[in-house]
Amino acid sequence: MSKRMLMQGNEACVRGALKAGMRFFAGYPITPSTEIAEGCAYELPRVGGKFIQMEDELASMAAVIGASVAGTKSMTATSGPGFSLKQENIGFAAQTEIPCVIVDVQRAGPSTGLPTSSSQGDVMQSRWGTHGDHPIIVLSPSSVTETYYLTIRAFNLSEKYMTPVIFLMDELIGHLRETVELDDEVEIIDRKQPQGPKGDYEAYQETEDLVPVLPVFGSGYYYNITGLTHNTAGFPTNNRLIADKLHSRLMQKIEKHRKDIEDYEEHLTADAEVLLVAYGGSARVARAAIEELRGKGVKAGLYRPISIWPMPEERLRQLSERIKKILVIEHNYGQYVHEVERVVHEDAEVSFIGRVSGAEIQPAEVVEKVEAM
Amino acid sequence: MPSKLIEREMRIANLPHIWCPGCSHGTIMRGLAQAIENCGLKREDTIIVSGIGCSGRAVGYMDFDTIHTTHGRALAFATGIKMAEPRLHVIVLTGDGDISAIGGNHLIHACRRNIDITCIVLNNNIYGMTGGQYSPTTPTGDYATTAPYGNIDRDFDIPLLARAAGATFSARATAYGVNEAISIMEKAIRHKGFSLVEVVSVCPSYYGRKNRKGDAVRMLQWQKENSVPYAAVGKMNEEDIKGKIITGIFNDDDFPEYTEEYQKIIDRVRVK
Amino acid sequence: MEKLELRLAGSGGQGVILASIILAEAAINADRYACQSQSYGPEARGGACKAETIISDQQISYPKIIVPGFLMALTQKAADKYAINLRDDAIVVLDSRIEVPESARRYRIYQLPILDTAEYEIGKSLTANIVAVGVINRILHICSEEQLREAVIKRIPRGSEELNLKALAAGLNMDLGE
Repeated sequence: MSKRMLMQGNEACVRGALKAGMRFFAGYPITPSTEIAEGCAYELPRVGGKFIQMEDELASMAAVIGASVAGTKSMTATSGPGFSLKQENIGFAAQTEIPCVIVDVQRAGPSTGLPTSSSQGDVMQSRWGTHGDHPIIVLSPSSVTETYYLTIRAFNLSEKYMTPVIFLMDELIGHLRETVELDDEVEIIDRKQPQGPKGDYEAYQETEDLVPVLPVFGSGYYYNITGLTHNTAGFPTNNRLIADKLHSRLMQKIEKHRKDIEDYEEHLTADAEVLLVAYGGSARVARAAIEELRGKGVKAGLYRPISIWPMPEERLRQLSERIKKILVIEHNYGQYVHEVERVVHEDAEVSFIGRVSGAEIQPAEVVEKVEAM
Repeated sequence: MPSKLIEREMRIANLPHIWCPGCSHGTIMRGLAQAIENCGLKREDTIIVSGIGCSGRAVGYMDFDTIHTTHGRALAFATGIKMAEPRLHVIVLTGDGDISAIGGNHLIHACRRNIDITCIVLNNNIYGMTGGQYSPTTPTGDYATTAPYGNIDRDFDIPLLARAAGATFSARATAYGVNEAISIMEKAIRHKGFSLVEVVSVCPSYYGRKNRKGDAVRMLQWQKENSVPYAAVGKMNEEDIKGKIITGIFNDDDFPEYTEEYQKIIDRVRVK
Repeated sequence: MEKLELRLAGSGGQGVILASIILAEAAINADRYACQSQSYGPEARGGACKAETIISDQQISYPKIIVPGFLMALTQKAADKYAINLRDDAIVVLDSRIEVPESARRYRIYQLPILDTAEYEIGKSLTANIVAVGVINRILHICSEEQLREAVIKRIPRGSEELNLKALAAGLNMDLGE
């Protein structure tokens, strides 16, 4: 464990990424994620890595995929407006199965919105932002310490499952400085590389775990990567059987490994009679509200999805069989709440509190809402 | 029987290619393969990147590590590859719409950085893959499916644009003059820094048909008759140059290369 | 020690964010937990600026201030805007150039020459935030003077140690008029 110290969320993201082995960052300045680009610009050459400020968000995402194709763990960071622009190439990374990490430090409102304020308005975009059915993993941290560990996990899952991973932060956590103690002993996963003869190697051949083993460019396999629907050798095809097989494998790749990817936290659920469901920054509101509610004798607990997508739904359903009062707290006007409604037991009553005003929801508002439920 | 060059450099199993009869893209692709061989590039160190459009399909036929990226973004992908692994020779194959419309921003910034990427633009003056819409290089007054009353846009001179944006090597050749194209592409590959070569292709299916340019042979004949070497331009008056294809190397400058400059930063600040 | 919620307000460029960071790190030096955050407008200089530090002996759930127990304001605008809806027992530190707003009169007020000390005694108005850090610790006893010095040294530009430690000392020794 490191000494206890003060660290900003965005800085913890940079530290985690470096620890995970990130050696390439391409980005474009945007509030409130800019400290991540600045941190990478400073730190990467110090460890032999590369930083580049690209001409726009589209190019940043493209360069990140390019560097990853060449075998380098790569990341970009942005916020809402930039996240919208990155969607095109996030889809490319999903379709071609190139690992990379995309950080979205969410800010408030649609379009340019409130650049220095927090929200959780990109939750659905993080799942379905790019066109077409595609696999994705989305993780959301709710503290600075967790930002460090979860950034490492984002890289690990990305390399393990050959997929883009969205690291969904919010301004509240990104700009928050708080006390951290970081452990240097963490597991680091690197993508597999093919063994054996190169001649007829098919990069996208079906493997038992559904995850392809893609050779790094420049290692002598001479294969093709394309955003077009492709066969197992990586070449474009219109063959319906092959197209269906590829598209369904892409979706199953994440589904099959759900248990490994899903992550959540429970807090005081054992005796809970009211269940708060919150993630990222809004989980901090929930925790403070629970302290207050417990002080008043209301048995409240927290279910906090850490992997937003895939949603850790089985445990939530189990809890909802016993706890019938559920309150979802989001810094938006109701996005994830619909997923919660989909998952919970039919007798459970799901309420919602959410707002995007530039100010966080106050714990007292949650307490009041729970008392009225 | 494929030629020895094609056997060595192409993915024979994927041939024949999908380009229309008369299209010059195949000629230019073969010319690029020849230039790569002439430069003696090692296959494992050579990466070919393309965008979307007719030109984008070339990578499927070239037997290297190849990546067919998103529309307009090939240079941005290539920048990531080159930054991550500067030992690799990165060649971008793109088209007029891909590089100068949707990818225009990436083009000028790649030029400005002077990153060591060779960019080959297959300019057929039209969006061919989508069926003949006008592109930034469709001449003013010409027709396209989206310019049924004639194109009122002014057209880009891509090598000139690249040079103005800072490309340290810019050139143009034609599909008709494929030997010159090969020689220029060779020089572009050997050039340290950003190099751009536009090779004027012919698209009889769309551009040619829409503009009554005749079949492929006539279109190539036109290229032959209307090409002017860059060296001769100075001696000609403006009226005579109008509508001609100016070919040759426009500039070949020595300037610090981007990944080498970044390496200097690493060497300076790296924690030992 | 009870949870402390400190709000520092001024105008951009006065270094109130840095002051709130230093206080948070000083608290950690004293084995406490701290959270620090800020809100600001788009301008880097001259706009209104508000920074918050929360200090507790336990992990902090809600990282934003709910009801401030302490306010320091370095501009009239900040005082007028923020010296309201504080805890009943709140402490308010206002620079002596500021006129006490009506809303603040119900709190315990210190009017202290923070800006003047930096400008005339230290000779550099930019050190006002460090003077303020000294004053705040003098009033709130967040940590030892040594732990505070350590926190200041960590965050100031190299080469400015002497100047800033002098500013800190001036804050720590300021006559509170009690």
